[in-house]
Amino acid sequence: MAAKSKMERRKFLKGGMLAGAAAIVQPAAVVAQQSSAASEEVEVLTTESCGSDYMVDVIKSLGFEYVCANPGSSFRGMQESIINYGGNRNPEFITNCHEESSVAMAHGYFKMEGKPMAVLAHGTVGLQHASMAIYNAWCDRIPVYIMAGNYVDAAIRRPAEWYHGVQDCAAIVRDFTKWDDQPASLIHFGESAVRAYKIAMTPPMAPVLLVLDAGLQEGSNESKTKLPIPKLTMPAPPQGEAGAVNELARLLVAAENPVLVADRLARTTAAMPLLVELAETLQAAVIDQGGRMNFPSLHPLNQTQRAAAAVGEADLVVGIEVADFWATVNALRDQVHRSTRKLTKPGAKLATITSADLYIKSNYQDFRRLAEVDLAIAADGEATLPALTEAVKRLITSDRKRVFQQRGAKLAEASRTTRERLRQAATYAWDATPVSTARVAAELWAVIKNEDWSLVSNYYSEAGIWPRRLWDFNKPYQWPGHAGGGGIGYGAPSSVGAALANKKYGRFSVSLQTDGDLMYAPGVLWTAAHHRIPLLSVMLNNRGYHMEIMHVQRMCNQRNRGVDRGTMGSTLTDPNIDFAKIAQGLGLHAEGPITDPKDLGPALRRAAVAVKRGEPALVDVVTQPR
Amino acid sequence: MTRRIFSTVAGLVVIGIGSATAQQPAPSVPAGNAKAGQALFMKIGCYQCHGNEGQGGAAGPRIGRSPMLAFRNFVTYIRAPRGEMPPYSAKVIAEKDIADIYAYLASLPPAPAVDSIPLLKP
Ligand code: HEC
Ligand SMILES: Cc1ncc(C[n+]2csc(CCOP(=O)(O)OP(=O)(O)O)c2C)c(N)n1
Ligand SMILES: [Mg+2]
Repeated sequence: MAAKSKMERRKFLKGGMLAGAAAIVQPAAVVAQQSSAASEEVEVLTTESCGSDYMVDVIKSLGFEYVCANPGSSFRGMQESIINYGGNRNPEFITNCHEESSVAMAHGYFKMEGKPMAVLAHGTVGLQHASMAIYNAWCDRIPVYIMAGNYVDAAIRRPAEWYHGVQDCAAIVRDFTKWDDQPASLIHFGESAVRAYKIAMTPPMAPVLLVLDAGLQEGSNESKTKLPIPKLTMPAPPQGEAGAVNELARLLVAAENPVLVADRLARTTAAMPLLVELAETLQAAVIDQGGRMNFPSLHPLNQTQRAAAAVGEADLVVGIEVADFWATVNALRDQVHRSTRKLTKPGAKLATITSADLYIKSNYQDFRRLAEVDLAIAADGEATLPALTEAVKRLITSDRKRVFQQRGAKLAEASRTTRERLRQAATYAWDATPVSTARVAAELWAVIKNEDWSLVSNYYSEAGIWPRRLWDFNKPYQWPGHAGGGGIGYGAPSSVGAALANKKYGRFSVSLQTDGDLMYAPGVLWTAAHHRIPLLSVMLNNRGYHMEIMHVQRMCNQRNRGVDRGTMGSTLTDPNIDFAKIAQGLGLHAEGPITDPKDLGPALRRAAVAVKRGEPALVDVVTQPR
Repeated sequence: MTRRIFSTVAGLVVIGIGSATAQQPAPSVPAGNAKAGQALFMKIGCYQCHGNEGQGGAAGPRIGRSPMLAFRNFVTYIRAPRGEMPPYSAKVIAEKDIADIYAYLASLPPAPAVDSIPLLKP
């Protein structure tokens, strides 16, 4: 089969330009007539079946709603199959202006939808562009389903297909993908496509990559019978071993001040109620590190805003899917001589439940420092919570219950005082120009709090800490978690991807968008406009790469040769960037720059009207540094 | 060993800052120029972590009014921070300039009462 189709392709190449031109100017019927009248050497210039149609059948069976891509000829066959054969529905083709945006959109989409999005990328160049965003998804243990086109057969490559062809396409991202394959046949594709989905979605989740040979996509599907689509059966996620779970329950019930720390816990929407149940059963402190939306922000047991104090008081700290447990219970001091210290009191016990213990890779160091713990359960946190809560309930005596109640009352009081302190803290620089970041959060809250809102932005920077201090987060889709690998440029596209997921639920998506982040690939705003993705982007425009300004300042101070040039090289001024104009040029309703806080509320309300019409809008606010 | 040394030092931070905050301003606060202090506050990077008005931010606490550290403790802290703050040695900033910065922070109007701000209603 392969040999025959190769031969046909060679004939096509011999025909060259002329044959191509004929195919374009002549109606298909004429071409067909000529073909039948011609001799044996006649060229077959059209086909009734192609490999990529089957690929679409398989992809559809996996339930993808969208495929994000910047077009590239190495997947032209697949693209045509998606739009014509697949009817551009499930998946629908989303046009991106950069492959990094495609993958980051898929990352953000998963955070809201709990389902992976497909991404197509030009092998080589497209995948190179995509790589940082893949790394972010990897570090965040988020599945993204990437397909890259490639030209495997050197004998039939067009000139451009040489430098867009690669022997081992996946090599560039293999260190930070969970699995990849380059199927050699359609049957092989079917199995690998289903396997890739299963691997990506099994905790610990991660991106996967399928390399689609252009020959396989464009060649005909010569199977006489309909090719089978392998059945997907998702494995049950790994649950903690019963003995270890009981031991942890015993520690939790016995502890005077247990602290539950959650980070990448919420894999599905089921997780938050499970953590609430465990915390309430124990009346234990909870710290939500925010890798996912794990725990209601205003719950009386939520001690996130006084995390250091809570860890310092603890006699048991339990990390549940915590990416950096070492840094949860230790601190590293960033001075000329680096030093570390324990944050817990002597004798405090430490335990972890994490799927990170099930899988690790070399090279990239996102696995963090080895934490010395007393009990480690290698399992998925969410899958283990029900058994843990049941085990805790079995062990609780009425004496312990009384202690728990007193503890709960104390924690409620501590979180109430903390909230009060933060409300007070927001008043400082309330009327300042540039606008304080607290003021931005408060103004925005007033606009969205009566909507079915969803905060879709992630920051590597902590610029967005105020919402978590002031807003009432209580639904799984109200907070998307962090970027994972700290690759900046993630914020804008991941927000658009999350907003795309929110669209069909009619949610009001809002993002806090930093300036440096948006400048990497602002084209994703056009994608939002083009695909009518409602999203209110509010800029925290501090006119610089502020995080880096602080780093260089630190170096200036350490080296004692002048402390007044710390901003040099890291500001985004002269000229100031006009983000409203950029956004308008990309098709958005946009206002700004807003420097007087009094102008902010009205501008937000006008932008909200556009968002409610189903469009993206942007309000550029010039803010205090952080 | 490094860890042990640091633990001791870290212990001091808490005590040091705590007691300093509780103290009344030292009797001899040098007369500083608030306007010059504001310019310096921006120029040498205090604003980066503490906010343009010392209101506090993601990378540094509020250092503005009510309560402010006593001047002597203010200088001591800047010269030899015991936490994450980068040090400002006498080589790069004179005490007279710190006095200007201090005067700037002291000159800021008090924040509005939280209950007078409808947007901050709990
Ligand atoms: C890179 C960030 C950074 C910069 C720049 C910085 N600070 Fe700080 N500052 C901090 C942090 C963080 C703390 C909290 C204690 C610690 O970790 O050292 C702090 C604490 C302080 C304190 C002690 C506050 C208290 O209540 O005990 C004072 C005073 C202070 N800073 C003044 C200044 C001044 C004045 C400047 C400019 C000359 C400055 N800082 C520049 C980060 C910074
Ligand atoms: C791809 C990439 N390049 C550079 C960095 C280093 N970096 C970390 S934070 C930051 C500044 C980001 O600026 P912005 O988004 O405006 O946030 P700000 O720090 O100003 O709050 C940069 C450049 C990075 N993390 N990722
Ligand atoms: Mg910035």
